[in-house]
Amino acid sequence: MTSNPAIAANTRPWTNPAAKPFISIQNITKRFGDFTAVNDVSLDIYQGELFCLLGGSGCGKSTLLRMLAGFETPTAGKILIDGQDMARVPADKRPTNMMFQSYALFPHMSVEKNVAYGLLREGKSKAEAYARVAEMLKLVKLEAFGRRKPHQLSGGQRQRVALARALIKQPKLLLLDEPLGALDKKLREETQFELINIQETLGVTFIVVTHDQDEAMTLATRIGVMSEGIITQIGEPRDIYETPKSRFVADFIGSVNLFEGKVGPAAPDFMRVETEDLGPLNVLPVPGLTQGQTVWLAIRPERAWLTRTRPPEAINSVPGVVRDMGYVGHMSSYVVRLANGRLVRVTQANEGRRENPISWDEQVTVSFEPADIRVLTE
Amino acid sequence: MKRGWFLPIVATLGFGFLYAPIVSLIVFSFNESRLVTVWGGFSTRWYGELLNDGQMLAAAWISLKVATIAATLATVIGTLAAFVLTRFGKFRGKLLMTGMITAPLVMPEVITGLSLLLLFVSMEMLLGWPAGRGLTTVVIAHATFCAAYVAVIAQSRLRDMDESLEEAARDLGAGPVRVFFDITLPVITPALISGWLLAFTLSLDDLVVASFVSGPGASTLPMVIFSKVRLGVSPDVNALATIIIVIVAVAVTIAGVLLMRQSKTAR
Repeated sequence: MTSNPAIAANTRPWTNPAAKPFISIQNITKRFGDFTAVNDVSLDIYQGELFCLLGGSGCGKSTLLRMLAGFETPTAGKILIDGQDMARVPADKRPTNMMFQSYALFPHMSVEKNVAYGLLREGKSKAEAYARVAEMLKLVKLEAFGRRKPHQLSGGQRQRVALARALIKQPKLLLLDEPLGALDKKLREETQFELINIQETLGVTFIVVTHDQDEAMTLATRIGVMSEGIITQIGEPRDIYETPKSRFVADFIGSVNLFEGKVGPAAPDFMRVETEDLGPLNVLPVPGLTQGQTVWLAIRPERAWLTRTRPPEAINSVPGVVRDMGYVGHMSSYVVRLANGRLVRVTQANEGRRENPISWDEQVTVSFEPADIRVLTE
Repeated sequence: MKRGWFLPIVATLGFGFLYAPIVSLIVFSFNESRLVTVWGGFSTRWYGELLNDGQMLAAAWISLKVATIAATLATVIGTLAAFVLTRFGKFRGKLLMTGMITAPLVMPEVITGLSLLLLFVSMEMLLGWPAGRGLTTVVIAHATFCAAYVAVIAQSRLRDMDESLEEAARDLGAGPVRVFFDITLPVITPALISGWLLAFTLSLDDLVVASFVSGPGASTLPMVIFSKVRLGVSPDVNALATIIIVIVAVAVTIAGVLLMRQSKTAR
């Protein structure tokens, strides 16, 4: 599989309808008593991907991961890994390895023994196993710590031992449950890129479960946003951010201003949407909408633009008063109160030193480009 | 901060209440006089006499044998029961089993002893085993009620244990049995050691159950001491008790130090 040039050349196999998925999750459902943790989820993941399952706690993402690892049995549905049905394959026989949120390092074994465990169970000789362990510890920069016990390591070092232990059997698929969750912010940012490097070096397919949207955006080739046991949207980080399919996804990833409105009469260049908060707005036409239908307009704060006077070229603009302002350095974020009391978040990039920036209590105009307004129907 | 006088006084009274009898026993074990309550000067005479008391030494040997075998059996049975109760998820009769495993803790010893005696007698009639009552029946009886204590200790440790340790081992290619011996057992070993020690002490100490199920030639130490004391307390019993206290104190200290070291490294 790895040597297949057609797949290796295409870094975005999901855009190619002929590409064969490496992991195929087909209509998977998992119920615990009356509670449905995962509800009829189907998902294809390709060789070499770093796929992120993103969602709040209790959305079913960890349950889905545990079914892939073999720790939970699906109530219904099928999981294929590299074409093989996993239904009757127990956890210890699957071509997957998992990195646990708690790291689950064996407390009574040294770092070396922890990392070697998988190879020794496979029946490798001690000499061979420990040679590989040395290599692996080098990859995660822990050569000097082989003889230590887990409790003698820092959080970041433990995380790397867990990664080394999970990777040593060269699994076809590595499952990572909140891999960076227990690290502090600075370490997490460093580790993110380390994780991507390791993934690219080894070419292993990763599935990462996380509740942290920044982590998902940085790590993932594609993201699956989960909510209440359902995958609400699958896409590349940019798709998810720029063209969310629902209010849930728009709101969950990044911050967004949402306005409810009704579809107005058709116009040649633009579609009109009547909103209560902003009045009529011109948006790019969306096929398949009927007049009078309720829609929601999603506008990212950095896509709105703020001026003291109404710019003549603006297609959509509304007046307001700056109620709050925060200077963050590379940008400033504003909260603007509209005439009806509705608040709108706007961020402005601070390019160059502006002489007289907009400040508290100023009368301003907020303008939106039609192309920056995302029309949502759900 | 001033501690005041209250705490030291309460502590002294408390410890006095607990240890005064033991201290007086140790002191009187070195009494020269044959009269237990009259101090006749320091002597190690009763220790010497104890060494010549064949019946007492034989009983002590039997008690040690019974306690060792029973504690080991109880640890194995109790651990298995605890493992089933904590790791097998829900199964039919789980609640009943949980209740029944802990029942011997609250069961009056007289009833435990009597029921075991009836069981052994009817088993002998039906199966021909165990033939008569003796060491075997005492061991079985002790293992039965000690297993309950071990099960309770092992269960709480298994519940505290991070289950993802076992899952991680499964994930790395170990079968369920392998996981038990490679991961679960080493992690809960400190709890099992304290369980074994508790079972050992309970067995060593038991008089009631042993009186019911023991037979000729298998009198345990508590049985012998009790029968001796009924004829009047003799000072050599004090000497024996002192020796037992020293052995127990040393064992408990060693176990405590081991457990402390283990818990420092395990987390």
